[in-house]
Amino acid sequence: MANELLFGLFIFVLAGFLGHYVIEKVPPLLHTPLMAGTNAISGISLVGSLVAAGSGWGWTATLLGFVAVTCATINTVGGFLITDRMLKMFKRRGAKG
Amino acid sequence: MNHIVSPYLTFAYLIASVCFILALQGLSSPTNARRGNAIGAFGMLVAVVGTLILAGIIDYKWIAAGLIIGSLIGAAMSIWIPMTKMPERIALSHCFGGLAAALVGVVEYHHRGASIDRFTMGALGLEVFLGFLTFTGSLMAFGKLQGLIAGAPVTWKGQNATNITMFFGALVLLVLLVIDPSRAVLFYAMGALGLLVGVLAVLPIGGADMPVVISLLNSYAGLASAATGFALGNNVLIIAGALDGTSGFLLSMKMSKAMNRSFANVLFGAFGQVAPAADGAAGPAANYNLATVEDAVGVLTASQSVIVVPGYGMAVSQAQHAVRELAQALEANGATVKYAIHPVAGRMPGHMNVLLAEANVSYEQLFDLDDINDEFSRTDVTLVVGANDVVNPAAKNNPGSPIHGMPVFNVEESRAVIVLKRSMNTGFAGIENDLFVQPNTMMVLGDAKKTLREFIAGVKEEAAA
Repeated sequence: MANELLFGLFIFVLAGFLGHYVIEKVPPLLHTPLMAGTNAISGISLVGSLVAAGSGWGWTATLLGFVAVTCATINTVGGFLITDRMLKMFKRRGAKG
Repeated sequence: MNHIVSPYLTFAYLIASVCFILALQGLSSPTNARRGNAIGAFGMLVAVVGTLILAGIIDYKWIAAGLIIGSLIGAAMSIWIPMTKMPERIALSHCFGGLAAALVGVVEYHHRGASIDRFTMGALGLEVFLGFLTFTGSLMAFGKLQGLIAGAPVTWKGQNATNITMFFGALVLLVLLVIDPSRAVLFYAMGALGLLVGVLAVLPIGGADMPVVISLLNSYAGLASAATGFALGNNVLIIAGALDGTSGFLLSMKMSKAMNRSFANVLFGAFGQVAPAADGAAGPAANYNLATVEDAVGVLTASQSVIVVPGYGMAVSQAQHAVRELAQALEANGATVKYAIHPVAGRMPGHMNVLLAEANVSYEQLFDLDDINDEFSRTDVTLVVGANDVVNPAAKNNPGSPIHGMPVFNVEESRAVIVLKRSMNTGFAGIENDLFVQPNTMMVLGDAKKTLREFIAGVKEEAAA
């Protein structure tokens, strides 16, 4: 167990560093799409919700899992859509839209 | 402890993780960003489909219902929401993200009960606490942005002490749970505490500090997801959560820096305590230069270089399209027009950029604080549209001002300044603005959009004459 936790920590720290370098390069121009986009990405907790709702762990788990699936789906579907809608608007002069 | 049985599923999660990183990398420039976002969405699809097929799910009824309802709500919230409501939209999505993570944690604890090992318990405790905190905190932020709750900071005696006590209380609960994971009461108490802390922590924070708070909630939502990953032994959740957590944290650091305030200062509310002192003091506001639309149009048409400084007032009056039309009229007149965007203008990071992009302003005309601040001294006229604190020279020259030290635009250095403002009331932070009483500043009061329309008509008339 301790090993598994340490391995997770390993990944967490490295991903955090990577995130730092990648996100530092995002210009302030795109900070709102960055927020919306990371939101969509962290909606990946959907995979946890799916397991909670569909593993037949009794009605409490199914019900709470169902709410979690709904919330996480709103974030993933909505998050990617709104990020795209925003990014579509960023144009250079003369570009057609 | 691990739900993942299939190596194929692990591989699907690896693909998803790579896609997420590519999605963020795409955001380094507006030209690649859309493609990056599509790659991220593809990664999500791979992860979700992989989970549905390979994670040993036996009952799809409720999953299908959740996916359909969630997709419909998510799509509706994304397609029809006006761009001016983006901060509210983002606050709501943090709210959903936090709730989803917290509920998964509750299910996990409920299902595994006393058989839970200590490490998983620690992760679950954090997940539920952070998840519920993000949930109510974001609801409060949404309420403040939407005007459902008083936007002004709500403060009371002993507030910080209460908040800190509760925070440490949660920490103690977590330690007790790790020692003995079977104490369900403690677990649910921890969740309840998260809900309470979320409400109380956002209550004292004022509207002008929203960019920091929204970024911070973004970070918490990410950390809650990462904690879920630890509890489920799921790496893609850990990676996505770490990326989201870092992003939110970096943004809140940048926002605090742009206000020259420490994190702690924002969280434990300083503006709230300063504001009342400045309120009601009529002070120097009496000697400002009230200008008519004709005066302003005269200055605008005579100018060759124009900088527009938008602020939250532009969002409130939805004036971004009128701003762009005026800029076009001035450009037709031979002037160059640039936009100066302060990091904390508006209610969330990048708020003004999105609004101006919506109004078809080329992103090449949008400049950051550092890139444009030297240009004001060479500029004929600066047009301030609903911005206040970010153009207040007191930040530079009045050590007694609550915003002293905050990096601001050198607007007063331009030859003329036209300020569009609803009324002469002090701004959100309740601070007098010396810019408004400078001799080269013209104040045009009223709704920004209406005033801009009058400007456009005037400029076009002059051009035709």
